[in-house]
Amino acid sequence: MNLTNTEYKKYVKKHAVPSPVIKDTVKAFAAGGTICAFGQVLQYFYLWLGMEKEIAPVMVSVTLILVSVVMTGLGFYDSVARHSGAGTLVPITGFANAVVSPAIDNKAEGLVLGIGAKLFSVAGPVILFGTLSSVVYGVFYYVLKAFKV
Amino acid sequence: MQVNTINKGVKTAKMAEMTIGIIKAFVVGGALCGLAQVIIDKTGLTPARVLVAYVCSGVLLTAVGVYRPLVEFAGAGATVPLTGFGYSLAKGTAKAIDEHGAFGIISGGLSGTAAGITAAIVLGFIAALIFPSQPKFRNLVSRNSTRKSQNEQN
Repeated sequence: MNLTNTEYKKYVKKHAVPSPVIKDTVKAFAAGGTICAFGQVLQYFYLWLGMEKEIAPVMVSVTLILVSVVMTGLGFYDSVARHSGAGTLVPITGFANAVVSPAIDNKAEGLVLGIGAKLFSVAGPVILFGTLSSVVYGVFYYVLKAFKV
Repeated sequence: MQVNTINKGVKTAKMAEMTIGIIKAFVVGGALCGLAQVIIDKTGLTPARVLVAYVCSGVLLTAVGVYRPLVEFAGAGATVPLTGFGYSLAKGTAKAIDEHGAFGIISGGLSGTAAGITAAIVLGFIAALIFPSQPKFRNLVSRNSTRKSQNEQN
């Protein structure tokens, strides 16, 4: 098949898979929504057990972190995450996965510089910039409060 | 008899309320994840940057008063995505400043998120000790065969 550049471009465009953005987004929506809905079920369960209203959502996060850590260790989380993109990244389970997987992968480097350091390769930036923004917010909140705005 | 019917009615109403709550969590949580996917696809932002951006956005949205109503509306749909982590940081800061004044600026954020951070790093550490790092660990058969070959080498 002899094709000029423009013809080739047309050919590629015609046969290329349509933009995956919509498909990716639907998958991410479904996966992320499912994790959050499961979290909500857990929250109702914890409230039903008599947990305080303030504590139940925190314990939901802790439970999801536990589930994610175990699934990551067993290698299941990665196989799910491959298909759902941001759907398994943005929930707290994705954060937990990002904490554990580099720690497991680098455990051969030792307890301190292997597990100890690599545990924070994603948690570090998240905690740093999160804390930083909370301090900036705190300064604003304090000043506005002092002037009774 | 009548009491029974009333009890049944209350129970059904509660079930309906919970079902709606779960659907709300699904939709709002899903939307936050879908938005992140669009950002990743359109800008090529790395996952780590998305997580950082989501936490900071959570703090910002709480600061301007948008996120709290969202949490009241969607429950876990708003607290489980990482923006909820930013919400806890900001909520903890405001609470600590209300209670302790300026000291709260430096103590509040991490106090508000202490349980989540502690759970992630402690459970992460334990998991890293327990689980082997072979990439083929997924398959139990190959796991056993690697173990065997390791033993033979020893």
